[in-house]
Amino acid sequence: MTDTNGFSLTRRGALVSGAAAASTTALPLDAQPLPAETPAATVPVSFTVNGKKRTLDLDPRVTLLDALREHLHLTGSKKGCDHGQCGACTVMVEGKRINSCLTLAVMHDGDEITTIEGLGKPGDLHPMQAAFVKHDGYQCGYCTPGQIMAAVAMLQEVKDGVPSYVSPDLTAAGRIDAQEVRERMSGNICRCAAYSNIVAAIADVAGAEDVA
Amino acid sequence: MKPFTYERATSPAAAAAAVAAKPGAKFVAGGTNLLDLMKLQIEAPTHLVDVNRLGLDTIEATPDGGLRVGALVRNTALAADPRVRRDYGVLSRALLSGASGQLRNKATTAGNLLQRTRCPYFYDTNQACNKRKPGSGCAALGGYSRALAVIGTSKDCIATHPSDMAVAMRALDATVETVDGSGRTRTIPIADFHRLPGSTPWIETALTPGEMITAVTLPAPVRGTHIYRKVRDRASYAFATISIAAILPESGTPRFAFGGLAHKPWRVAAAETKADGGAKAIAAAALAGATPTSQNAYKIPLVERTLAAVLAEGRAA
Repeated sequence: MTDTNGFSLTRRGALVSGAAAASTTALPLDAQPLPAETPAATVPVSFTVNGKKRTLDLDPRVTLLDALREHLHLTGSKKGCDHGQCGACTVMVEGKRINSCLTLAVMHDGDEITTIEGLGKPGDLHPMQAAFVKHDGYQCGYCTPGQIMAAVAMLQEVKDGVPSYVSPDLTAAGRIDAQEVRERMSGNICRCAAYSNIVAAIADVAGAEDVA
Repeated sequence: MKPFTYERATSPAAAAAAVAAKPGAKFVAGGTNLLDLMKLQIEAPTHLVDVNRLGLDTIEATPDGGLRVGALVRNTALAADPRVRRDYGVLSRALLSGASGQLRNKATTAGNLLQRTRCPYFYDTNQACNKRKPGSGCAALGGYSRALAVIGTSKDCIATHPSDMAVAMRALDATVETVDGSGRTRTIPIADFHRLPGSTPWIETALTPGEMITAVTLPAPVRGTHIYRKVRDRASYAFATISIAAILPESGTPRFAFGGLAHKPWRVAAAETKADGGAKAIAAAALAGATPTSQNAYKIPLVERTLAAVLAEGRAA
């Protein structure tokens, strides 16, 4: 694991070494260790994360999400379903929101990536982060980084004229109301169902009037 | 995921040659469907050829008044293109009805056409599926078939094609452009691009091994009311139980293509000439020969009722 943040011990590292220690005493005599899968050849990749250039040498199987979390220790982006269904892993690549679990890190050479850590910091919150706090737009908080990244990028999509399935007129300039927020945010699941407050937080930032 | 090697292609023909040369090689574009399937080991390519930076991401006007959409144009970019919103509303609306904002930002035009079925037995590696494992049988027959196909099925497969975009492209008579490993190009009408399952449900398209989609061409726009109506189990971010792409011109024959019914976007010429007979006549002609299961027979009346809603929307427009 590339340890670029100066952490001397990760939780996963502790679990692995703990398991290894246990196995030396608990392994039955006739048990054979599983044959190690031949590791794939690594591929060098460089991208900019939250304004900082990062260079990694990765097994091509590593998703962008795992590169961010496990290699760069940016654990704000969450792994929920790992199949693009929940939106907890949402980050921005070149300003566009995507599911970082469904893309390979090596496909992003040269890209500009923004995670929740790059949006704002305690004491200097992004307006969307502040609005989620103000409107209590979460309960357990696990989906929140993905919700906030998706919401910020979604409002930019509206500004850029991207219509939605519920837009009455595809050619009209984008406007935002509660129905539009709900449709455009449908890729982010909140199993605590804090949806009402999430919609209120996003609408607050968007300056939407028609908010139920 | 199973281990694989990775390369970034330098041109479409080189990409096609690279995939054609290596058994088990695949193209990766948006990756939103492929990576999902690789994590489940339903797909296990030994080599991936990344086709993302080949300049295939533009939408250009064609001499005959249509649009040529590059294979790598993202679903969001296509849906939001001002020309598509103005002249091909059915396509914009169909794209926007599919997936989520995040997925549409990544998913590509060619990848959308090539996405695999969401049949639950295809996704469950413990079940028989002729598509996933040829010759293993079809567990969907007599299984949980509520979301599956009602027409054009076979005794070997009742999967549906999951795309919304492809249904609109079928109504628009789009053309798929390809290049193969030897650099030879050809065009395939969308009607011939997707296949019915027959006895080889694992062969889903007309593409040959290594053949790569480079663009999808839309003919000059058909003026009139464009509607894409999708019926699903929740209001957003769900696959269609049924969907209808309709183009209702001011005069002349309307066009209707259906999603959620078959292994390919479903369009029947005889149904369009019956349009004066209303929803009942159109639905009867479109669904002639349907063989639904007890669980998905509800789709038959649902098509007629959704058609009635589409026609009413057209009259009100």
